[in-house]
Amino acid sequence: MSGQKQSKQSEDVIDESLRRVYQEAVDEGIPDRFKSLLEQLKQQDAEQGKGK
Amino acid sequence: MSTPVSDEPQHTNPRDELVEHLPTMRAFAISLTRNGSVADDMVQDTLVKAWTNIEKFQVGTNMRAWLFTILRNTYYSSRRKAKREVADVDGIFTESLAEKPAHDGHLQMNDFRVALGKLKVEQREALLLIGASGFSYEEAAEMCGVAVGTIKSRTNRARAQLAELMGLNEDEAMEMTDDATMSVLTASKVASF
Repeated sequence: MSGQKQSKQSEDVIDESLRRVYQEAVDEGIPDRFKSLLEQLKQQDAEQGKGK
Repeated sequence: MSTPVSDEPQHTNPRDELVEHLPTMRAFAISLTRNGSVADDMVQDTLVKAWTNIEKFQVGTNMRAWLFTILRNTYYSSRRKAKREVADVDGIFTESLAEKPAHDGHLQMNDFRVALGKLKVEQREALLLIGASGFSYEEAAEMCGVAVGTIKSRTNRARAQLAELMGLNEDEAMEMTDDATMSVLTASKVASF
């Protein structure tokens, strides 16, 4: 009985920690290198499109 | 200039959606590798692959699942490559664990990070997909190319091992013990024999 309760609590602690670690990383946002990479990819496509 | 004006709305291009998924892809990569620069390289590779293979994405299906599949494939192939080049790739990943400071000020969180890093990568991956990224067991199974039951048991084993590593199975666990308290507890247990 109490064993079950404990394992439920430990699961909560784990899930809560997991979400926090994950959310922290999400909240860091996206480094600029990804934005410039996307710009580069877009530009490449635009140039290729012109050739057609 | 000579570009014809299109009646089609811009958002019909699935490429425009990619950027929305970057934060969660990055969070998954960081949590999986425990190494920010490795994670960013993975996400960058994935982004380029997704961009150049966008025609393989079926519009109307789950883009996040598609991207995470590419992301994990990127991880495993770079890991295999690294294993050929460096004998102890796991050692490198383990070492990087210690670099993350407890800037959130919670010992518990740092304990958790360390414990998470000690899991087998397949278990950590399953737990991250299910417990943190919010995929269903079915989705995760498809992404990893394994049976649903395999994902379930990996997730369960991951939880059980985390609980053990964090000392959550002990009676005193709810006090969220730090290392010092843990060692006292262990010592007193030994003394009682």
